[in-house]
Amino acid sequence: MHIFAPQNKYILIMSLYETVFILTPVLSDEQAKEAVKKIEGEVKTLKGKVRHSESWGLRKLAYPIQKKSTGFYFLIEFQVAGENISTFELMMKRDERVLRFLTVKMDSHHEAYAEKRRAKKSGKEKAVEA
Amino acid sequence: MAQNDIRYLTPINIDIKREKYCRFEKNGFKFIDYKDADYLLHMVNEQGKILPRRLTGTSAKYQKKVNQAIKRARHLALMPYVGDMLK
Repeated sequence: MHIFAPQNKYILIMSLYETVFILTPVLSDEQAKEAVKKIEGEVKTLKGKVRHSESWGLRKLAYPIQKKSTGFYFLIEFQVAGENISTFELMMKRDERVLRFLTVKMDSHHEAYAEKRRAKKSGKEKAVEA
Repeated sequence: MAQNDIRYLTPINIDIKREKYCRFEKNGFKFIDYKDADYLLHMVNEQGKILPRRLTGTSAKYQKKVNQAIKRARHLALMPYVGDMLK
Protein backbone atom coordinates (compact mmCIF):
# COMPACT_ATOMS: atom_id res chain seq x y z
CA MET A 1 0.00 0.00 0.00
CA HIS A 2 1.28 3.48 -0.75
CA ILE A 3 0.04 7.03 -0.75
CA PHE A 4 0.84 9.65 -3.32
CA ALA A 5 2.94 12.32 -1.67
CA PRO A 6 4.19 15.69 -2.93
CA GLN A 7 7.16 15.67 -5.33
CA ASN A 8 5.82 12.44 -6.81
CA LYS A 9 7.45 10.33 -4.16
CA TYR A 10 5.93 7.28 -2.65
CA ILE A 11 5.67 6.97 1.08
CA LEU A 12 5.70 3.36 2.14
CA ILE A 13 3.21 2.44 4.80
CA MET A 14 4.65 0.03 7.28
CA SER A 15 2.24 -2.58 8.59
CA LEU A 16 2.61 -4.95 11.47
CA TYR A 17 2.96 -8.64 10.72
CA GLU A 18 3.26 -11.71 12.87
CA THR A 19 4.96 -14.88 11.70
CA VAL A 20 4.94 -18.23 13.43
CA PHE A 21 7.38 -20.72 11.98
CA ILE A 22 8.50 -24.25 12.78
CA LEU A 23 12.12 -25.30 12.41
CA THR A 24 13.24 -28.90 11.99
CA PRO A 25 14.07 -30.76 15.21
CA VAL A 26 17.26 -32.00 13.52
CA LEU A 27 18.98 -28.69 14.29
CA SER A 28 20.99 -28.12 17.45
CA ASP A 29 20.03 -25.21 19.68
CA GLU A 30 22.78 -23.07 18.21
CA GLN A 31 21.83 -23.89 14.65
CA ALA A 32 18.24 -23.01 15.45
CA LYS A 33 19.35 -19.68 16.90
CA GLU A 34 21.35 -19.04 13.75
CA ALA A 35 18.32 -19.75 11.56
CA VAL A 36 16.20 -17.32 13.58
CA LYS A 37 18.95 -14.71 13.30
CA LYS A 38 18.98 -15.14 9.54
CA ILE A 39 15.22 -14.66 9.34
CA GLU A 40 15.37 -11.58 11.54
CA GLY A 41 18.23 -10.31 9.38
CA GLU A 42 16.03 -10.72 6.31
CA VAL A 43 13.43 -8.44 7.89
CA LYS A 44 16.13 -5.85 8.48
CA THR A 45 17.37 -6.01 4.88
CA LEU A 46 13.79 -5.35 3.80
CA LYS A 47 13.98 -2.12 5.82
CA GLY A 48 11.74 -3.60 8.46
CA LYS A 49 11.87 -3.62 12.22
CA VAL A 50 11.60 -6.66 14.46
CA ARG A 51 9.38 -5.62 17.33
CA HIS A 52 9.26 -8.83 19.27
CA SER A 53 10.51 -12.39 18.99
CA GLU A 54 9.95 -15.35 21.19
CA SER A 55 10.70 -19.05 21.24
CA TRP A 56 8.18 -21.67 22.29
CA GLY A 57 10.85 -24.35 22.37
CA LEU A 58 10.59 -27.90 21.06
CA ARG A 59 6.94 -28.88 20.75
CA LYS A 60 5.09 -31.90 19.56
CA LEU A 61 3.28 -31.44 16.25
CA ALA A 62 -0.38 -32.38 16.03
CA TYR A 63 0.41 -34.38 12.89
CA PRO A 64 3.71 -35.27 11.21
CA ILE A 65 5.20 -32.76 8.75
CA GLN A 66 7.98 -34.04 6.46
CA LYS A 67 8.05 -37.16 8.62
CA LYS A 68 8.98 -35.12 11.71
CA SER A 69 6.80 -35.29 14.79
CA THR A 70 8.38 -32.41 16.72
CA GLY A 71 9.63 -28.95 15.87
CA PHE A 72 11.07 -25.73 17.25
CA TYR A 73 8.36 -23.08 17.31
CA PHE A 74 9.23 -19.41 16.99
CA LEU A 75 7.16 -16.28 16.80
CA ILE A 76 8.32 -12.94 15.44
CA GLU A 77 6.44 -9.70 15.24
CA PHE A 78 7.76 -7.16 12.77
CA GLN A 79 7.00 -4.06 10.83
CA VAL A 80 7.65 -3.92 7.07
CA ALA A 81 6.17 -2.33 3.99
CA GLY A 82 3.46 -4.53 2.53
CA GLU A 83 5.27 -4.83 -0.81
CA ASN A 84 8.19 -6.59 0.80
CA ILE A 85 6.20 -9.31 2.48
CA SER A 86 6.20 -11.50 -0.65
CA THR A 87 10.01 -11.42 -0.71
CA PHE A 88 10.04 -12.41 2.93
CA GLU A 89 7.68 -15.31 2.33
CA LEU A 90 9.71 -16.46 -0.67
CA MET A 91 12.80 -16.57 1.52
CA MET A 92 10.92 -18.62 4.12
CA LYS A 93 9.75 -21.03 1.45
CA ARG A 94 13.29 -21.52 0.17
CA ASP A 95 14.75 -22.16 3.61
CA GLU A 96 14.93 -25.90 4.10
CA ARG A 97 15.15 -25.59 7.85
CA VAL A 98 11.62 -24.19 8.01
CA LEU A 99 9.01 -26.92 8.14
CA ARG A 100 5.98 -24.62 8.14
CA PHE A 101 5.25 -20.94 8.56
CA LEU A 102 2.31 -18.59 8.70
CA THR A 103 2.38 -14.82 8.31
CA VAL A 104 -0.59 -12.83 9.52
CA LYS A 105 -1.18 -9.11 9.16
CA MET A 106 -2.10 -7.65 12.52
CA ASP A 107 -5.07 -5.34 12.94
CA SER A 108 -5.62 -3.09 15.96
CA HIS A 109 -7.44 -5.78 17.96
CA HIS A 110 -4.72 -8.30 17.26
CA GLU A 111 -2.08 -5.78 18.32
CA ALA A 112 -3.85 -5.05 21.58
CA TYR A 113 -4.20 -8.77 22.23
CA ALA A 114 -0.51 -9.39 21.52
CA GLU A 115 0.53 -6.71 23.98
CA LYS A 116 -1.76 -8.13 26.64
CA ARG A 117 -0.43 -11.63 26.02
CA ARG A 118 3.16 -10.41 26.34
CA ALA A 119 2.41 -8.61 29.59
CA LYS A 120 0.81 -11.76 30.96
CA LYS A 121 3.78 -13.88 29.92
CA SER A 122 6.42 -11.57 31.38
CA GLY A 123 4.40 -11.41 34.60
CA LYS A 124 4.41 -15.19 34.79
CA GLU A 125 8.16 -15.39 34.17
CA LYS A 126 8.78 -12.92 36.96
CA ALA A 127 6.65 -15.01 39.29
CA VAL A 128 8.70 -18.08 38.43
CA GLU A 129 11.98 -16.26 39.12
CA ALA A 130 10.84 -14.92 42.48
CA MET B 1 -56.77 -34.82 51.21
CA ALA B 2 -57.92 -32.57 48.42
CA GLN B 3 -58.39 -34.16 45.05
CA ASN B 4 -56.21 -31.76 43.11
CA ASP B 5 -53.27 -32.44 45.34
CA ILE B 6 -51.28 -34.72 43.07
CA ARG B 7 -47.96 -35.99 44.24
CA TYR B 8 -45.20 -37.60 42.24
CA LEU B 9 -42.64 -40.06 43.54
CA THR B 10 -39.98 -38.58 41.30
CA PRO B 11 -40.12 -34.94 40.24
CA ILE B 12 -41.29 -34.75 36.65
CA ASN B 13 -38.83 -33.48 34.13
CA ILE B 14 -39.85 -30.18 32.67
CA ASP B 15 -37.66 -29.03 29.84
CA ILE B 16 -36.61 -25.47 30.42
CA LYS B 17 -35.39 -23.97 27.19
CA ARG B 18 -32.13 -22.26 27.93
CA GLU B 19 -31.35 -19.21 25.85
CA LYS B 20 -28.27 -19.72 23.69
CA TYR B 21 -25.81 -16.88 23.64
CA CYS B 22 -22.60 -16.03 21.92
CA ARG B 23 -19.77 -16.56 24.37
CA PHE B 24 -17.53 -14.15 22.49
CA GLU B 25 -20.02 -11.32 22.43
CA LYS B 26 -20.86 -11.83 26.08
CA ASN B 27 -17.24 -11.77 27.24
CA GLY B 28 -16.22 -8.91 24.99
CA PHE B 29 -13.75 -10.74 22.78
CA LYS B 30 -12.18 -8.65 20.07
CA PHE B 31 -9.70 -11.12 18.71
CA ILE B 32 -9.61 -14.91 18.71
CA ASP B 33 -6.08 -16.21 18.95
CA TYR B 34 -5.05 -18.99 16.59
CA LYS B 35 -2.00 -19.71 18.77
CA ASP B 36 -4.11 -20.73 21.77
CA ALA B 37 -4.96 -24.29 20.77
CA ASP B 38 -6.24 -25.21 24.23
CA TYR B 39 -8.97 -22.63 23.99
CA LEU B 40 -9.91 -23.51 20.42
CA LEU B 41 -10.42 -27.09 21.54
CA HIS B 42 -13.71 -25.91 23.07
CA MET B 43 -15.05 -25.10 19.63
CA VAL B 44 -14.30 -28.49 18.14
CA ASN B 45 -15.75 -31.99 18.58
CA GLU B 46 -13.92 -35.20 19.49
CA GLN B 47 -12.82 -35.76 15.94
CA GLY B 48 -11.46 -32.25 15.61
CA LYS B 49 -14.35 -31.01 13.50
CA ILE B 50 -15.53 -27.44 13.97
CA LEU B 51 -18.81 -27.32 15.92
CA PRO B 52 -21.70 -25.66 14.10
CA ARG B 53 -23.30 -22.44 15.23
CA ARG B 54 -26.54 -24.24 15.90
CA LEU B 55 -24.88 -26.13 18.76
CA THR B 56 -22.61 -23.50 20.25
CA GLY B 57 -24.82 -20.45 19.77
CA THR B 58 -21.93 -18.35 18.50
CA SER B 59 -22.94 -15.33 16.45
CA ALA B 60 -22.19 -15.33 12.74
CA LYS B 61 -19.60 -12.61 13.16
CA TYR B 62 -17.57 -14.63 15.63
CA GLN B 63 -18.12 -18.02 14.03
CA LYS B 64 -16.26 -16.68 11.03
CA LYS B 65 -13.34 -15.69 13.26
CA VAL B 66 -13.38 -19.01 15.09
CA ASN B 67 -13.25 -20.87 11.78
CA GLN B 68 -10.34 -18.75 10.59
CA ALA B 69 -8.45 -19.28 13.85
CA ILE B 70 -8.97 -23.06 13.86
CA LYS B 71 -7.83 -23.35 10.26
CA ARG B 72 -4.71 -21.34 11.03
CA ALA B 73 -3.98 -23.50 14.09
CA ARG B 74 -4.32 -26.62 11.94
CA HIS B 75 -1.89 -25.27 9.38
CA LEU B 76 0.68 -24.73 12.12
CA ALA B 77 0.16 -28.25 13.51
CA LEU B 78 -1.12 -26.83 16.80
CA MET B 79 -4.38 -28.71 16.19
CA PRO B 80 -4.99 -31.84 14.15
CA TYR B 81 -6.93 -31.86 10.88
CA VAL B 82 -8.33 -35.24 11.82
CA GLY B 83 -8.29 -36.47 15.37
CA ASP B 84 -9.71 -39.15 17.55
CA MET B 85 -10.69 -38.92 21.21
CA LEU B 86 -9.54 -35.32 21.59
CA LYS B 87 -11.67 -34.85 24.67
